Amino acid sequence: MRVKTYREAIIEAMMLEMRRDEKVFVIGEDISGGRGCGDFEGEAAGGPMGLTQGLWDEFGAKRVIDTPISETAIMGAAAGAALSGLRPIAELMFSDFFGVCFDQIYNQAAKFRFMYGEQGATPLVIRTMIGAGIGCGPQHSQSPYSIFANIPGLKVVTPSNPYDAKGLLISSIRDNDPVMFCEHKSLLGMEGNVPEDAYEVPLGKGKIIKEGNDITIVAIGQMVGITQGCVSKFEEKGISVEIIDPRSLSPFDEEIVYDSVEKTGRLLVIDESNPVCSFGSWIASMVSDEVFSSLKAPTRVLTPPHCPVPAAPNLEAAYLPDLDRIVEATDYLTNYS
Amino acid sequence: MQLSKDKLLDAYTRMKKIRVFEETMRDEFAKGTVPAFIHLYIGQEAIATGVCVELTDQDSISSTHRGHGHCIAKNSDLEKMTMEIFCRAEGLCEGKGGSMHIADLSVGMLGANAIVGANAPIAVGAALKQRVLGENLVSAAFIGDGASNQGAVFESMNLASVLKLPALFIFENNGYAEFTGIDYHCGGGDIAGRAEGFGMPSYKVDGSDFFAVQEVAAEAAERARRGEGPSAIECIAKRWYGHFEGDPQHYRTKEELETIRRDFDPLIIFRQKVEDAGLIENNDLNLIDDELSNQVTEAVEKAKNSPLPNVEELTTNVYEKGSY
Repeated sequence: MRVKTYREAIIEAMMLEMRRDEKVFVIGEDISGGRGCGDFEGEAAGGPMGLTQGLWDEFGAKRVIDTPISETAIMGAAAGAALSGLRPIAELMFSDFFGVCFDQIYNQAAKFRFMYGEQGATPLVIRTMIGAGIGCGPQHSQSPYSIFANIPGLKVVTPSNPYDAKGLLISSIRDNDPVMFCEHKSLLGMEGNVPEDAYEVPLGKGKIIKEGNDITIVAIGQMVGITQGCVSKFEEKGISVEIIDPRSLSPFDEEIVYDSVEKTGRLLVIDESNPVCSFGSWIASMVSDEVFSSLKAPTRVLTPPHCPVPAAPNLEAAYLPDLDRIVEATDYLTNYS
Repeated sequence: MQLSKDKLLDAYTRMKKIRVFEETMRDEFAKGTVPAFIHLYIGQEAIATGVCVELTDQDSISSTHRGHGHCIAKNSDLEKMTMEIFCRAEGLCEGKGGSMHIADLSVGMLGANAIVGANAPIAVGAALKQRVLGENLVSAAFIGDGASNQGAVFESMNLASVLKLPALFIFENNGYAEFTGIDYHCGGGDIAGRAEGFGMPSYKVDGSDFFAVQEVAAEAAERARRGEGPSAIECIAKRWYGHFEGDPQHYRTKEELETIRRDFDPLIIFRQKVEDAGLIENNDLNLIDDELSNQVTEAVEKAKNSPLPNVEELTTNVYEKGSY
């Protein structure tokens, strides 16, 4: 067992891939930090959340490219670089910033393969931070992965632990399509087993975190850990819960969910995105379409309410799905008749 | 003028091919054979050509929604290009891009772009190959005067300047952003001056004159290849036709249209210059005219008679095969 944090796992994945392939480079704001500050040389920050620490020291300014605060230029340059044969990792510091650069992601990078008749690939990873939980307020706390997953041509990944963060990032860097890699800011310090070598966790393969027979809970990103925190409560109540972490939303492992629901007959999705047109509602819809006859109860999706993420700690706590709401929804579904 | 005869003939061929092709597209559009919108490049032939004769297949360009001229100037295969504009299965993009999204990566043409100004950062991205891999290349973005007001363009100029990338920002100032004149849409009115503000050499030239464009493009490309960073060139030219084919152009006078076709024809200007200087015989150019006329007619006939994509292709090319 080699214990590393989620943050360290992400850095390690980039380091290993940059050593393996000279075409891989990182571009973003303050990913080294300190450029243009008098006589200062070296790495001042390694990213505002420390997610690129050590890269500049090893790979230098040619492949660790600090930029002005210009998300459109960063995403567009990364898209153009990918189309031209490089393998960029572009950092969109907070996913909320997609609002100023989405054209380059969804009209350009996501469409190149299709609209140019597969003349070339677009091997681009956009690493971006999602999620509520540390008081960053309305414009630094959102989880817009449902919007990303709506776009044909984009792949969307939501690692929930350090092991998956490293393996999924390595797979994403080696993938030949644009990937929105959604890192949850509440998980950056989470510790777990992270093997030293380069390994892949395949995109489109979910994982059963805990086996059970009474209800299937599909949890996304941070919600995986929060659901795992409810297990003793479920056991007290004698409910056997099966927890699935899809790990990537696009492509999405439909089979693992259908197989589980065929066994349990009940589906609860726990999703941090806004409720209207959430990814969770899509999962529920697919389950209703495909395994309706197995269902013993309606499908249910637990999300935050349809409001922006608040700054006040008590409001933010009330915003996120928590143990009480998860247990209440589980009770409702298991008692449904 | 220090260009070889071969280079001059090459330049004339590209410009004339654009003219003949676009005139033919205009006729075909009127007949209803071309799907959707087309935006003609006539009047601006000297810009794409003046820049692209200074580029190789390893160099990149990113284009606008008015992209046919850039494709031809970058030496795209005429038949495959025509097929794409007719949305045929054997087109450059297998019929999935069409006129406004045509691309030919085999010659470094990174795509026309139907999002105005969005091609600028893409060209900057191709230029990153110089920094990351040490490759010798230049990457040019063609940008209309309308697009020059987009944030994406400003961000791209700043990023290219900060990172000293081998990018060329070629502004094609034809005086109109769709149906809105530059006196209204461009604060300060000086596109080249804005580019200069980002710390790059900036030129303003007669975009109807191939030699004016080519001379500064050569200088800017050389500078970029030396690793000294980006340049901007504002080319003032005339858009002979409407924003798109079918635009009734209520905002322009008949006199304006007559004047520009008389005084601002890049092909006439080119012919006069090379003939006055005794560089090329009139007859050499006439032979090129005849040859191109046949080439374009053949390409269009071939495209019209070739099949549309199979319906099974609707959902292919979205992701890498087998990965989704």
